[in-house]
Amino acid sequence: MKVWKYGDNINTDMLFPGKYTYTCSTAEEIKPHLLEDLDSSFSKDVSEGDLIFAGINFGCGSSREQPVVGLKAVGIKAIVAKSFARIFYRAAINQGLVLIECESAVKSYSRNGDVKLDIENGKIEVNGKTFSFPKLPDEILAIRDAGGLLPYTRSKLKNKYNF
Amino acid sequence: MTFAEKILSKYAGEKKVIPGQIVTIYPDHLLTHDNTAAIIQKVKNELEKYGVYSKSLSVIVIDHVVPAASEKTALNHKIIRDFVNKYKIENFFDVGIGICHQVVIEKGIALPGKLILGSDSHTCSYGAVGAFSSGIDRTEAASLLLTGETWLKVPNSIKITLNGKLSNGVFAKDLILHIIGDISASGANYCSVEYCGDVEQFSIDDRFTITNMGIEMGAKNSVFNVDGITRSFLNSMKISPSAYESIYPDEEALYINELYYNVSEIVPLISCPHTVDNVKTVGEIEGLDIQQCLIGTCTNGRLSDLKIAADILNGKKISPDIRLLVLPASKAIFESALKLGIIQTLVESGAIILPTGCGPCLGAHQGILAPGERCLSTANRNFKGRMGCKEAEIYLASPATVAASALNGKITDPRTEMKK
Ligand code: SF4
Repeated sequence: MKVWKYGDNINTDMLFPGKYTYTCSTAEEIKPHLLEDLDSSFSKDVSEGDLIFAGINFGCGSSREQPVVGLKAVGIKAIVAKSFARIFYRAAINQGLVLIECESAVKSYSRNGDVKLDIENGKIEVNGKTFSFPKLPDEILAIRDAGGLLPYTRSKLKNKYNF
Repeated sequence: MTFAEKILSKYAGEKKVIPGQIVTIYPDHLLTHDNTAAIIQKVKNELEKYGVYSKSLSVIVIDHVVPAASEKTALNHKIIRDFVNKYKIENFFDVGIGICHQVVIEKGIALPGKLILGSDSHTCSYGAVGAFSSGIDRTEAASLLLTGETWLKVPNSIKITLNGKLSNGVFAKDLILHIIGDISASGANYCSVEYCGDVEQFSIDDRFTITNMGIEMGAKNSVFNVDGITRSFLNSMKISPSAYESIYPDEEALYINELYYNVSEIVPLISCPHTVDNVKTVGEIEGLDIQQCLIGTCTNGRLSDLKIAADILNGKKISPDIRLLVLPASKAIFESALKLGIIQTLVESGAIILPTGCGPCLGAHQGILAPGERCLSTANRNFKGRMGCKEAEIYLASPATVAASALNGKITDPRTEMKK
């Protein structure tokens, strides 16, 4: 498991350049361009179960969801940041990607430090120190737990129309 | 309750809501643009099975890459037209009508007291006419197409009081850059922003520029209360007051933060690479050479913006080292600018008029930058790579600053050119 560490105000153009927004929409098309203008090693070296640590306002900018779809597809387990931009936050819930807003955990992290994450119990251990983060409200957790908004909506529609 | 609390309680069917509360709402409209093709693709089977929730919910505008720049984008447009025809979508605006946010306001779709969501971050613009509007992602738009409903968290609210009058040569764009520079790109994260004070000096065009950039400080929505300016704007579009219900905050509403600005002290400002909150005075970097200028986008592509630029460029020629691109934000604006001779003035000065739409704003086509180039633009974002090249620099300013700078080929304080 690797931790990718970035700074403040990482915007959607850094996560996935705008010039591809109308030509790449599937996860496979998105993956090679992830973080292209921020960290060219990311898309080559990222692997299942990796974490991202970042500063304030992660995901600010455009409403494009390709960064979230791509990060989920390459297996990012969670993004831990001091704060997130709101559309990015919603998009993550809608794709079932775990975001953790925890300023002190980010502050405690140092390169190659040890990180243990317990999403269920809302705990993250960074370099031997444990921090808790609040649970999402039930209505929202239900969406994330369904695997994202579309599976959630599909089952709702099935119940409504009874087929 | 604040504006946001009031409108969300109305749409949630509850007497009172408090910040942090999650409410289920049915928005009046759902805006989508070129991304509609990808959105409907996600729920293709469900659409076949259940159809759309309502044919009046969607507002679809093809504006981002227009006319199509490639076979792929052309196919996207075609998929959208087929969808519109199949499901008899009532509000559809094809290539050439305008930029989505401009169209939503210009066609009277955004009205006071309405709740609109859109799969575009600058959906927050409609607070210019007293609506609550906010951006969402594509997946949520897809789900809304089917169900018509979603959840919203009731935001905390920030009240911004504007005192005094803007000086000559200083515009709404300078004001919003000033505020963002002050509170930072995340200063209003998750919040609703309400503007009040001496706001009668701001036309709907000005308010649009200000609310449009709400997202650049992280806001969920931003709003000007409905007043005489709003009403006469709506009257001019033949929309009667019975067609909408204005919502005002209560006097005892609670704000998480209250900010005051003396706007008469603001000078022409410029947002420097690569974050919108990296704001300096134009004077601080005056003389820096630029290669491309852009006047347009949903932030500053309106008639009043084109007129300000034309007044500065009238009878003069832009620097031979500059490419000046002008994009009217809608066909209606383009037509008015033609009638008023504004387009003639701009073209004679050396401007290239691009088709109505987003143009190079998002770096997809028409005016991509080369490595090492600098562009001075009236847009709302200067992120690295935003205009298609990560080794280029983007600066943001008012149409006046862009026009004055185009004349000199260098960043120029518009007040020097306005005096001549
Ligand atoms: S003009 Fe630019 S900011 Fe506005 S909607 Fe188009 S791409 Fe987005």
